[in-house]
Amino acid sequence: MAKSSKKGQMTLKRRRTLIAYGFLLVPILFYLGVRIVPAVQALSMSFTYEGSSVFTLDHYKELMKDKVFWISVRNTIYYVLLIVPLQMAFGLLIALAIERVDRFKWFYRIVFFLPYMTSIVAVSWVWRLIYEPNTGILNQILDALNIPGQGWLTHPDTALISVSVVIIWQMMGFCMLIFTAGLQVIPRQYYEAAEIDGAGRWKKFWMITFPLLNPTIVFLAIIGVIQTLQTFTQIANLTGGATGGGLGGPLNSTASVVVYMYNQGFRDYNLHFAAASTVFLFILILIVTLIQFRVLNKSYKF
Amino acid sequence: MKEKFGMGKFIIHLILLSGIIIVAFPFLWMIMSSLKSLTDFYNFSFLPESIDLSGYIYTFTETGFLRWYFNSFVVAVVVTVSNIIFCSLIGYTIAKFRFFGAKAIFLLILSTMMIPTEMLVIPWYVLSSDLHWIDSYWGLMFPGMMEAFGIFLMRQFMSDVPDDILDAARIDGMGEFKIWWRVAMPQVKPAISALAIITFLGNWNAYLWPVIVTSTAKMRTLPVGISLYGTSDAGGIQWNTIMAMSTLTVIPMIIVFLIFQRQIVEGIALTGTKG
Repeated sequence: MAKSSKKGQMTLKRRRTLIAYGFLLVPILFYLGVRIVPAVQALSMSFTYEGSSVFTLDHYKELMKDKVFWISVRNTIYYVLLIVPLQMAFGLLIALAIERVDRFKWFYRIVFFLPYMTSIVAVSWVWRLIYEPNTGILNQILDALNIPGQGWLTHPDTALISVSVVIIWQMMGFCMLIFTAGLQVIPRQYYEAAEIDGAGRWKKFWMITFPLLNPTIVFLAIIGVIQTLQTFTQIANLTGGATGGGLGGPLNSTASVVVYMYNQGFRDYNLHFAAASTVFLFILILIVTLIQFRVLNKSYKF
Repeated sequence: MKEKFGMGKFIIHLILLSGIIIVAFPFLWMIMSSLKSLTDFYNFSFLPESIDLSGYIYTFTETGFLRWYFNSFVVAVVVTVSNIIFCSLIGYTIAKFRFFGAKAIFLLILSTMMIPTEMLVIPWYVLSSDLHWIDSYWGLMFPGMMEAFGIFLMRQFMSDVPDDILDAARIDGMGEFKIWWRVAMPQVKPAISALAIITFLGNWNAYLWPVIVTSTAKMRTLPVGISLYGTSDAGGIQWNTIMAMSTLTVIPMIIVFLIFQRQIVEGIALTGTKG
């Protein structure tokens, strides 16, 4: 190190570069082999038939003509519109309520966070039992109140909402936690200054809390939309099997794009056709990500 | 802060408590249902008529439950260890070495975050069939061995490690690999534990890929085992068994969560805000 001749620096720099590449060799191979190449492969599969390399648009044409596919797209949009705002609203309300109390803060946080921590499959089955039309507790409560029982997961009108409730129930604790972290970095002085100016609780919320939570809101909205676009596990476990085979029943009323992909690819083994539907999903997520970059660049300039 | 003392806070406590009942009820219902006999499910009561363990007995004697538990554990632990090592090594190298292509490699890795897993599972499945990885531990584990999000997280934290202590170690003649492991790693412990929690949870709960890559009951992970047991039962759903399985899955998670609550909550908040 003491001899810093030009030649010595060159070899040192080259040595460091070699070490860096040595450290990154396995990861680069992994990323090429397990992420990049498969992504390209999925794309090329969507434009070919199995065992052939001839370019074709048939899978996309068929996809555009498939009514079930469009139902699954519509359902996915419903999921996003229903789940994302509600899980964020509940998360924010809980976070604000917990901020306002002096005691048991940590206890409340822990319990509201519990659903997020536990196995999605296991809790989906618990909810399925709660929703069960004949023996489920929900219809028993309605019965006691003299309200006719509902089909919940077994009726096309209520199934999508019933699935959404489970997801909101599980995700609102996560939103609560991120909102709590966001609330804690808002400087107390802002509120004190507002109080001196005589601002009420509502005014303080709309003039300070809400604008300063903006980055958190954007973050949760983006994460929520991307996650909801990929919803699968809850639907598979809440609707699979009992309704006569296919996931996403009854009558495809709960099928999301990923459920459609799974049924096409891994029930019927139309892998190349299923690949086309995942390319569609990829484009949806890409659009959301690009919007994210735009919005985030803006919101950081306050 | 001047508050109308008592009433306002009391109402908030009341609202929070009713929220807690909604949140906790499914868990209580799950435990109660796991202790019921199948006929007891028609006796609309919260508590079981008499405690019936047939769901648990069936779980342990007639299903591969313990094996699924073991499989899930092996997969989650190996993938978590792999992520800790690789994500921190990659994050460290990108943050602390200046070399040609560093930025390009980082952007390439980050850009893969935009590719949804759903798009990759089809080629992974074809690859796994060709290489006979279907129904093996390696098949279950290989896609998650290093996650781009973890690399991003570790690079953020590794950038904050002061160069001085790394240079000091170099002057002492420490090798580069040892500097990463012995000097840099201890500096980012909170990030490592956050990464470990997220990765373990993600793999413990993973469903889509495990359900695709497993074909026999003995290689299923816990979520896949429960799910396929529930959906494939021809003679109606054995609710007490399913609830026993769910209880045995959820209760240990809750206990672990209660033990490490601070680390877990702070870890997830940390990755949520820094990520």
